[in-house]
Amino acid sequence: MVRRQVNVLKKIEDSAQDVYDKIDRHRKPKMKIPVRSLSNVMYRPKTGYLELKGGIKERTLTVNTVKTFAQTLKMMSLSKELIEKDDMATKREAYYISKNWAEAAFKEQPESDTVMEDIEAMFGTIREQLRFVPEEKGGEIAGRLIVVDHDSKGKKIEIDCNRFGSGAYSIPIDVENLDFRSRAKFILAIETAGMFQRLHKYSYWDQNNCIMISLGGVPTRACRRFIRRLSDKFKIPVYAFVDGDPYGYFNIYRTLKVGSGNAAHLNRFFCVPQARFLGVTPQDVIDYKLPTHPLKEVDIKRAKDALKNDPFVQHHKPWQKAINQMLKAGVRVEQQAFAKHGLDFVVKEYLPTKLKTVKNFLP
Amino acid sequence: MARKRKTDTKGQMLLSFGGSGKKKKVVAKKKTAAKREPASASRRQSKARNTHIKDEHIEAKAKAMGERQREISVSEFFAKNRHLLGFDNPSKALLTAVKEAVDNSLDACEEANILPEIKVGIKQTSDNRYRIWVQDNGPGIVKEQIPHIFGRLLYGSKFHTLRMARGQQGIGISAAGMYGLLTTGKSVKINSKTGPRSQAHHYELRIDTKKNRPDIIKDEVIDWDVRSGTRVEIEMEARYQRGRQSVDEYITQTAITNPHTRIRYIMPDGKERIYERSVKDIVIVPKSVKPHPYGVELGVLMKMAKDTKNTTMASFLCNEFSRVSSRVSQQILDKANISSRTRPSRLSHAQAEKLYRAINETKIMAPSTNCIEPIGEEELLKGLQQVVDANFYTVCTRPPAVYRGNPFQIEAALAYGGGHNNKTDEKDNKNNNGNEKELMRVLRFANRVPLLYQQSGCSIFKSILQMNWRLYGLSQSRGALPGGPVTVIVHIASVWVPFTSESKEAVAHYPEIIKEIKLALADCGRRLGRHLRGEKRRRDEALKQSYIEKYIPAIGEALRDILALKDRQVTSVLKNLEYVLERSRSNK
Repeated sequence: MVRRQVNVLKKIEDSAQDVYDKIDRHRKPKMKIPVRSLSNVMYRPKTGYLELKGGIKERTLTVNTVKTFAQTLKMMSLSKELIEKDDMATKREAYYISKNWAEAAFKEQPESDTVMEDIEAMFGTIREQLRFVPEEKGGEIAGRLIVVDHDSKGKKIEIDCNRFGSGAYSIPIDVENLDFRSRAKFILAIETAGMFQRLHKYSYWDQNNCIMISLGGVPTRACRRFIRRLSDKFKIPVYAFVDGDPYGYFNIYRTLKVGSGNAAHLNRFFCVPQARFLGVTPQDVIDYKLPTHPLKEVDIKRAKDALKNDPFVQHHKPWQKAINQMLKAGVRVEQQAFAKHGLDFVVKEYLPTKLKTVKNFLP
Repeated sequence: MARKRKTDTKGQMLLSFGGSGKKKKVVAKKKTAAKREPASASRRQSKARNTHIKDEHIEAKAKAMGERQREISVSEFFAKNRHLLGFDNPSKALLTAVKEAVDNSLDACEEANILPEIKVGIKQTSDNRYRIWVQDNGPGIVKEQIPHIFGRLLYGSKFHTLRMARGQQGIGISAAGMYGLLTTGKSVKINSKTGPRSQAHHYELRIDTKKNRPDIIKDEVIDWDVRSGTRVEIEMEARYQRGRQSVDEYITQTAITNPHTRIRYIMPDGKERIYERSVKDIVIVPKSVKPHPYGVELGVLMKMAKDTKNTTMASFLCNEFSRVSSRVSQQILDKANISSRTRPSRLSHAQAEKLYRAINETKIMAPSTNCIEPIGEEELLKGLQQVVDANFYTVCTRPPAVYRGNPFQIEAALAYGGGHNNKTDEKDNKNNNGNEKELMRVLRFANRVPLLYQQSGCSIFKSILQMNWRLYGLSQSRGALPGGPVTVIVHIASVWVPFTSESKEAVAHYPEIIKEIKLALADCGRRLGRHLRGEKRRRDEALKQSYIEKYIPAIGEALRDILALKDRQVTSVLKNLEYVLERSRSNK
């Protein structure tokens, strides 16, 4: 950890020195940043995540780029200061700090987030190492898991995730320093808090010896990293149980498993290659006669875009089949649609049946 | 004022036509009744009696009708149909009266080679009554003609010549006087002086609507302290208003297209506006021309044949029309199968029709265009600058073109940006500035006369709508005027401007005219586009310059913090950075 910090510091200083030298010799300084978009990523099943293809965007200092250039340098300077003081700042706080930068201040937080991601990508590091932390929180745990953490005074604490009653343990922002103990056989990642509550109510984790995680929409970096570390440590599979719509398939499951196109430089830390897709699949809609809603226009657009541009989908034939099946039926389905057959149907029927044929899960 | 020298009876003739037509019908009825009389023998008598009674009845009826049928005087006709002449409502009447008087004054001054100096005054005399007076420094009017010009409708010098002039029919000023008389009972007052050594005459006239003749109320010699000129005063029921269709606007626009004119305008509130002369050259008065055969309609052709003094068709065609040589006239007559020695007055209806068709089938040289005097690019520009405050001006004068045998010429001018205020109409401006979606202001002119009414029915307006102004950097929603601080002027000059009505408010939709208008506007538009793009580039440049000044310090700070630079180093890096950026800018 310490060694890596030195690394980041040195990278900041090196790039600043480079800018300084270029200017000194009356040359236009440049910054090289990997292109961060789906078009510049590829999927390699061996490594199991979306990785950068090597497209580089060069930002030369000109009149047009002088503002972003100044902001990037100021952001690097802030990062250096945080590391040296062993402090940290949330993305929002960094945005507010920029208000001191006179003309170079950010107008909106998305601007500062973009610059931050540029620096991450440029240094090939994660923003936590730059000492910028997200304030997003997400992921709740219930099940057969003991988390080993430290309190603010550094004292070791053991947290038993099955002792939260009807509540749940929430994943902290920084998961790097946690340790785990568990004998669970698999991890069940659930999209909605509603389904998580339903399974929790029936003590599903207790009967099936598993760890249940509520993703709460698109999983946060911390949540993904948490799942990854669990899965790595205990060598157990991760099953995703999300809504049967393009958002559930790509924004949630695909991001969980192979990472996102936008932050491809980080995917190797945050992907969960062990993840498999339990449901709800377009086939389930037919098999279980589930009530549906028609696909919205954005759904159709997203699905078609995935077929065309998503390297992950392009690699997996079964997914293409599933998407085409969904598009043909023109409907989407929610996790909680199983309630039509009774509130306990999902626990007594659907999940047990599905788990018998893990081999047939979508990749 | 206007000189209407030749007596005009055409109007009366045309209007009495309706009456005589009806009479003919009655006669025809009688004939058919008479024809029926020799019918079968058995029923003859009773039938004869019946028809006899019927005949008598019809005859009596026809007689009674005949007694009621009589000539309608033009004056009476227009007194009842005042909207045809632009007197439909009190505010429009005020404008029309001023307009007719000013048009006449300008025509007269130009014809006499005098730089016009016009004074216009409006004064409220009671709640809904105004007195207007217009005075010029023109050549004045000879004493004998004064009553005819101001006291008879359709009396003038302009109708019978094809010459580019403001007035056309000789209706305007006498109609204004008639309107005044009808609404207030007050007579028209005229002063006129034909030269420094001549006597000045003062007249008070009333138009006798039945006879279309002037009643002279007063006729006296007065002392009038001017070199020469005419002054007319009319009191009428009217309403004074400001805004887009007002006398104020008319005067302002007149100043644009008549930059050689000095106008003094005294408004009802006693305030005075002076439009100074921006061009000192005397306007060249265009020559009058004979009609081109292509522009003559069958009815007119027949009338001309009847009225001509020429004794053969060949000489009639050669002398009464332009661009007809003896060879061309022979071609036409051959095609029409008419002997060149035929007397024009003996031309039958069938022959006239053949002649008309033959004319349009014969190739005749386009009319000469030297009978048109455009305002001129420089003059129009000066006029526009005088009245519209903008930071970009452009003008385009098209070469002359021809519609239906009538030569015409289009001029367009465009002003953009700035305060873009109508310099004189402050009240209007405030409204404009408050309104974010300001639309293009369109000023239409025909033979230097502003057209204020019926914008949407005018081919000038139509041409503007049909163009894609987005090409030239203006915003434009579908089927609407383009937006932005723009004023557009379109002027059509012609020996005969095709108006859609007698009140001369809109130009008719001839494809040739629309095409020329569009070409002129496109020319102005292209220059506007270039100007707007240049302006945008300059703005961007300035913005970039400010970027450098804004963000360079931040770069210096960041480098200092990261690299722990000394102040000296920071200063030098900033200097170098500025140099690098400036160079990259100039390289582009």
